[in-house]
Amino acid sequence: MATLRAEAPAILLLLALAAAPFVGFGEGYMLTLLARAMILAMAAVSLSLLVGGAGLVSMGHAAMLGFGAYAVVILDDARVTEIAVVLPVAIAAAAGFALVTGAVAIRTSGVHFIMITLAFGQMAFFTASSLAGYGGDDGYTLYSRTEIGGARLLEDRLAFHFVCVGALAGTWLLCRLLLASRFGRVLRAAKGNPLRAQALGFDPYPYRLVAYVIAGAIGGASGFLFANATEFVAPAYFSWQRSGELLFMVILGGVAGLHGALIGALGFVLLEEWLSHQWEHWRIVFGVLLILAVLFLPNGLAGIPGQIAKAARR
Amino acid sequence: MTTQLLLIQALNGLQLGILLFLIAAGLTLVFGVMDFINLAHGVQYMIGAYLAAWIAGATGSFWLALLLALPLALALGLLLEFLVFRHLYDRDHLQQVLATFGVILVLNQGVKALFGAAPLQVPMPEALTGGIRLMEGLLYPTYRIAIIAGGLATAGLLWWLVERTKVGMLVRAGATNAPMVAALGVDIRRLFMIVFGFGAMLAGFAGVLAAPILSVEPGMGDHLLILAFVVIVIGGIGSIRGAFVAALLVGLVETLGRSLVPDLMRLFLSASEARQVGAAIASMLVYIAMAAILAFRPAGLFPVRAG
Repeated sequence: MATLRAEAPAILLLLALAAAPFVGFGEGYMLTLLARAMILAMAAVSLSLLVGGAGLVSMGHAAMLGFGAYAVVILDDARVTEIAVVLPVAIAAAAGFALVTGAVAIRTSGVHFIMITLAFGQMAFFTASSLAGYGGDDGYTLYSRTEIGGARLLEDRLAFHFVCVGALAGTWLLCRLLLASRFGRVLRAAKGNPLRAQALGFDPYPYRLVAYVIAGAIGGASGFLFANATEFVAPAYFSWQRSGELLFMVILGGVAGLHGALIGALGFVLLEEWLSHQWEHWRIVFGVLLILAVLFLPNGLAGIPGQIAKAARR
Repeated sequence: MTTQLLLIQALNGLQLGILLFLIAAGLTLVFGVMDFINLAHGVQYMIGAYLAAWIAGATGSFWLALLLALPLALALGLLLEFLVFRHLYDRDHLQQVLATFGVILVLNQGVKALFGAAPLQVPMPEALTGGIRLMEGLLYPTYRIAIIAGGLATAGLLWWLVERTKVGMLVRAGATNAPMVAALGVDIRRLFMIVFGFGAMLAGFAGVLAAPILSVEPGMGDHLLILAFVVIVIGGIGSIRGAFVAALLVGLVETLGRSLVPDLMRLFLSASEARQVGAAIASMLVYIAMAAILAFRPAGLFPVRAG
């Protein structure tokens, strides 16, 4: 029962997202916004697996989305739009990039890991900007969304909404199970005290690398969805600023549990959208809110109930 | 490519390196001594440039702007330290990153609200317009030479401060092992404040120097911030000497790469492809250099931190 209570925030949030179209959030604009929030939440959850689970603070996670999205672009240009081909290629491309760069990056730790992942992310970004055949800096507009068995199911907004809800729920469940497994326990042990984990006979390197590749694969899948949501892909979507944003979502929500990333990503995207309609210079308010959140919510948004409970007990 | 052109590019690279050093020096000290990741260091540079644009616009004098912008940049840096940063020293890196990102948003948007989104121009000081003939067929702008000279002089002053004064000794000790310095009875908070204010002023100084040759606009510090982080990681966190060497290296690689790589590519590719691929590779060079250095010397070229 205790475990179920710990997972309640994430499950409730996912149920709310599934119900959203039927309780007044069904019009096009709202569904588009929610789709973007859920796709970024998916990437944020996979990043949280790295940050919270393995202690690997990646500043190049947007590159994984980039690989997924550019796989869609390159196949679209070749008129291949069947999901059975596109999705596996998108995931494999991102996972492959994660494997190659992770093999080097995971040798470092701390700030150096942040900087080396930033470096690899920038290399991917500049490579994408040099792809003249796919629009270069200006980006590429897809001919059509990916098809499922030849049918254009993803064109339907409601269907796409549920694909996103399903993908996000699947991501959360997968990462949650991974963290609870023996594999996840080794990861967390190595994060807490690498020396002790090594003394127990666990070399953290392969565990971290596998986690990095899994997070990359999920990033690739969310890049696939991102390309389909916007039907337009440009290198600017995958710049270091985007990597930073994903990291900020994870920190804002709280790194203690995966549901922090869910809450952080949805809160970040929705607050940004709402504020931007209120005032031309909304970023001032947004920035101040972020500063206040750090100063007064040390455990992130997900830590608020705990803080209230603690204050009530006093 | 002629010798003259190569020389001009090398001087431009040197000048970018000098600006990078002025920004990275404060960043590496704040990081090294206080173990504090300050993403908002790039906006301090922007603030310096805006202060210069504002004062020069009001008074018409660049020198007055230089004179007034420095204490104002210092004051703003100390104000930020008092309001936000000092509450974050005990937090972990992730929280520092998020809060200082908030500061970036506020200040970038703040200058946009005050001065508008359009780039501002700052006139060059009268005495430094024109160029100097360095050799046959090579006329180099006097102002850029002044930047290089001023930057080198500042670097010298900084070296003297850090290596030869008592405060400098405490700063170096703090970069090696801050808790030990505190345990020896030094008021580490005050040391932090001095380092922070000084770093903010240096970044502001870089902004004032850059204002007449670059367009002053919101977000102008963001790109340089990333390069400055590359510099301090290559140089070794906390090392002024490392920051100096790495800043010149990054400045030269970035500038020379942009002009040389597309030319090199033209040997293998068509002209338009060479331009596109060359530009991408040139932009990557700095990051490739950093990844390579980190892979072989994880603590940077001049490691400082104990243990």
